[in-house]
Amino acid sequence: MTTTIYVPCDTTARSLGADAVAARLTRAAERLGVDIQLKRNGSRGLFWLEPLVEIETAAGRVAYGPVAPTDVDALVDAGLFEGRQEHGLALGDIEAHPYLARQQRLTFSRIGLTDPLSLEDYTTRQGFDGLKQALALTPQGIVDEVKASGLRGRGGAAFPTGIKWQTVHDTPAAQKYIVCNADEGDSGTFADRLVMECDPFMLIEGMTIAGLAVGATQGYIYLRSEYPLAQTMLDEAIVRAEAAGYLGENILDSGHAFHLEVRLGAGAYICGEETSLLESLEGKRGLVRAKPPLPAIEGLFGQPTVVNNVLSLAAVPFILDQGGQAYADYGMGKSRGTLALQLAGNVARGGLVELAFGTTLRELMESFGGGTRSGRPLKAVQVGGPLGAYLPQSQWDTPLDYEAFAAFGGVVGHGGVVMFDDSVDMGAQARFAMEFCAVESCGKCTPCRIGAVRGVEVIDRIRAGDAADDNLVLLADLCETMVDGSLCAMGGMTPFPVQSVMKHFPDDLTRPQAEGGR
Amino acid sequence: MSHPTPQPADTALAAQLQAVIDQHAARPGAMLPLLHAIQAQHGYIPDAAVPMIAEALRHTRAEVHGIISFYHHFRTHPPGRHVIQVCRAEACQAVGARALEAHVKSALGVDYHETTANREFTLEPVYCLGNCACGPSLRVDDEIHGRMDAAGFDRLTAQLSATVVEVK
Repeated sequence: MTTTIYVPCDTTARSLGADAVAARLTRAAERLGVDIQLKRNGSRGLFWLEPLVEIETAAGRVAYGPVAPTDVDALVDAGLFEGRQEHGLALGDIEAHPYLARQQRLTFSRIGLTDPLSLEDYTTRQGFDGLKQALALTPQGIVDEVKASGLRGRGGAAFPTGIKWQTVHDTPAAQKYIVCNADEGDSGTFADRLVMECDPFMLIEGMTIAGLAVGATQGYIYLRSEYPLAQTMLDEAIVRAEAAGYLGENILDSGHAFHLEVRLGAGAYICGEETSLLESLEGKRGLVRAKPPLPAIEGLFGQPTVVNNVLSLAAVPFILDQGGQAYADYGMGKSRGTLALQLAGNVARGGLVELAFGTTLRELMESFGGGTRSGRPLKAVQVGGPLGAYLPQSQWDTPLDYEAFAAFGGVVGHGGVVMFDDSVDMGAQARFAMEFCAVESCGKCTPCRIGAVRGVEVIDRIRAGDAADDNLVLLADLCETMVDGSLCAMGGMTPFPVQSVMKHFPDDLTRPQAEGGR
Repeated sequence: MSHPTPQPADTALAAQLQAVIDQHAARPGAMLPLLHAIQAQHGYIPDAAVPMIAEALRHTRAEVHGIISFYHHFRTHPPGRHVIQVCRAEACQAVGARALEAHVKSALGVDYHETTANREFTLEPVYCLGNCACGPSLRVDDEIHGRMDAAGFDRLTAQLSATVVEVK
């Protein structure tokens, strides 16, 4: 009898030795004469347990983790191939783990269960059911379904996806485009990467549906160059989807065409901003464009273009398969559906947590995250990437909802939650926010290009105790100028983390530094 | 402007570059795919490529140079045998990336954008590798390594290096 063993193949599992674990399992099986089939599945997103090995048994899958390469022989001796659970790393049925059982996985329902590149695995778990539903609808019918779902852009701006699609649908043009923003540059985020590495057909399906809805026949996935594995997976998934008739000139014999191509970015954070991304796709420097015109009217190569984040497009197959209302049934207020939260930084149980909007930050960090990895008290948390404010304890009871965060000047952004323990120097974090902007500014507008450089200098002076009070006034003024005067969110939001440090952690900013304060 | 007697090596390089350019030039928005292809082949964008790309894509040389220099990913000098990128972003900072960064620089004896004297390693900063729950992270060529610390880094470079890395 063949025993099926799963060893995840995503970047995180591999960064912790999954390939070596897989190799050792194969050697152990050969040594013992056990007939195994090793499957490289996606990660389930419980990253503190990676590499998470699972064995298929008569009673279901049995999990072990985190398995270091050096644990393999002892695990095999303790009956891993038979699914025995005496070893200390045995976890039993991972789906019963509260971390997973308490989630509401609509978008991430398949990750970790399947071989990411197996069309058979994909289609046996509702894969392409949404596309089939879409093919039975009119383009307007598809747009209406997305509108009914209440889906808002998951990249961070939270613009209603259905309205964007309607604009592109209503704008006549010989050629329209679907562009997927896969330039997931925010520190603390990895949900896009998980979609692309662990369930790439879902993104292909979502983009194809978008193409049908608005009348676009060409799609581009603009992928950051920091994700080499995602590129490999997407390229192969596209080849396989084309060969099986899910992409190409005649999708599932419907007469509709949709072509898809991965385009690699080149290490520029600003290219996650949609107009800068379009410039880059056109082969130029990634300079931000003034809006209007909206990309939905004049986008890629001047044509009407849907630019959506990976997670927005990945939510679409579920919405078309189950109906917009089924998605809208989750969430609160104007934030409908689920949000892919990513627990990162100094966290004991980091990973992907997909939940309906409305959970509080504290609940997420404590009952899912389990506090800090270091075991020290939590001091600050940055939500929404490098342009998001640092939140002190008094704000941790805020529900994760676009409007609730906006009410105090916070952003949910792409759902990244980066936790810091009490050893963090918040003055250094404020300085880094300005430094990052100086490195990554596209240079088009002055408040961002010059402001970030001056921001680093002013913070250095404050930290050196050089006329600190005067320089704090100057810093406050500079932040205001950047917020009000920048062309896009890069310069316009870089002050948010700085202002939050000035407001909530002022002592860290003015405390004299030992050496240089970097 | 012109080189009347190109060296044989230059001719070979030009032919290689031209082949890559011809392969990509007709694609819509060909510039980035083209630059990626050249860097994949040579490890960097040779100066000789600039006028050739300019001609193929009907740009000025200044425009091509401006594009290459805009993107952090593109190099204009040959890298060492391995490229090491250390994540400097917040999630890694929260678990010790600043200390790791300092160790890496002193162990290799180079700063960012520099190559070790033995041409083994080029060091670059990177802002997020998407491995944020298991930092500090670094990338060596196309492989990501998580939960990295000073000892782990020393083991890694010892494995990678044909010779023992000299601590200066």
